[in-house]
Amino acid sequence: MSATANNAESVRVEVRNLRKSFGKQSVIKGVSFEVKRGEIFVIMGPSGSGKTVLLKHIIGLEKPDEGEILIEGEPIHSARVRDRYRMAMVFQSGALLNSLSVGENVGLYLIEHRLKSPEEIKKIVAEKLDLVGLQGLEERMPSELSGGMKKRVSIARALVVEPQLILYDEPTSELDPLIAVTIAEEIASLRDRTHATSIVVSHDRDLAFGVADRIAIIHKGEILFIGTPEEVKQHNDPMIQKFIHAAMQSNKKSRAL
Amino acid sequence: MACILSLFIGGFLALQAGSVLVERGLSSVIGGMVGVSMCKELGPVMMSILIAGRLGSAMAAEIGSMRVYQEIDALTTMNINPVHYLVLPRVLAMAIGLPLLVIFSIMTGWFGGAAVATFNAKINLSMDGYFNNLREIVEVGDVVHGLIKSFVFALIIGVVSCHQGLVTIGGPRGIGRSVTKAVVNSIILILIMDYILTRVMMFSDFLS
Repeated sequence: MSATANNAESVRVEVRNLRKSFGKQSVIKGVSFEVKRGEIFVIMGPSGSGKTVLLKHIIGLEKPDEGEILIEGEPIHSARVRDRYRMAMVFQSGALLNSLSVGENVGLYLIEHRLKSPEEIKKIVAEKLDLVGLQGLEERMPSELSGGMKKRVSIARALVVEPQLILYDEPTSELDPLIAVTIAEEIASLRDRTHATSIVVSHDRDLAFGVADRIAIIHKGEILFIGTPEEVKQHNDPMIQKFIHAAMQSNKKSRAL
Repeated sequence: MACILSLFIGGFLALQAGSVLVERGLSSVIGGMVGVSMCKELGPVMMSILIAGRLGSAMAAEIGSMRVYQEIDALTTMNINPVHYLVLPRVLAMAIGLPLLVIFSIMTGWFGGAAVATFNAKINLSMDGYFNNLREIVEVGDVVHGLIKSFVFALIIGVVSCHQGLVTIGGPRGIGRSVTKAVVNSIILILIMDYILTRVMMFSDFLS
């Protein structure tokens, strides 16, 4: 990943006829879509529908059985793509390196690629931690943080890369509603500031309808529909309607029995 | 642990060989026998097995848990090569550390042998006699022989343990499986490689 690449240069992502199986279980069944430059694209679907596997393919952590993922027309697994475009992923579990402090985790990309001086790295780390509401926690170890704090550190670590493509895997899960709103706002404001293309995997409807430019609904490894939040809300597919309107039924009746 | 192990290896060598050699009037060569055995075989092999169990298992467990909890995936997404970041420093540290430990082990083993040869009433050899014979028989080449072996064993432990960590799948059970495989495979490869290296160095008259 080049440090000299332009921040404003977001990337276009194309997924073409992607198929993936683990053993006999087919997880992704011929998925195709395109994410435009600078777009926030949310992939929604129930648990076990293949969202995270799809995201791992897009960042190059998994190799497809069939099909391809193109970043600006070039296959994700080519060395050129890795060198040319800055990409980052926010993992569902945070995936912080447990042997490093919070500050070292956040500054890891800059330290390992020797992109800045130690003083500058310290400043950037403090700035990014401040952005996710964790100022002054540089010296803490990941084991001393709550699940939500780990996720916010993971977001700060992704922001340090100043990515042209950023992928979020369930960014608001395990977070309280206030922090979830902050994270959603941060996803939107990061796109506005850097014009980074964002792909978000989530089953949080508030997040999806709040930040998405377009939403893809995935179910059992297949894309059911792609459209704007309004189009998704108005779509008449029963599965989509059931998913987006799922709500807890009143249990007064059952209590009465 | 290395100190205790080496001290007792030298001690039992002197005790076992000493009782046979004394009967044949060859007690003067105990020093040389313990010296060469510690340099060429027991120092490198026993220390490598100890380190495979102690550090090989730790490396496989640490890297394995990093794999399971997606820390290695996180490194990959940051374009940080996990082999450069996690494996190379460990293999390098092992390749430097193990030969140093083997030097310490050889010397401690010599002293263990000396203590037994001197204080065991059946052998009753003088400390001077033991070390004079050791100096006469053990050559620098013998120590280098052991160091070359320990260097190769260090590479085996480092590479096997890190590889097992990197290919870990599943949860805590997968980590346990990787640790077991790392230690068992390292020890098997160390013993096979020990024979091959001994044979090659003997055959080529290397360092003899």
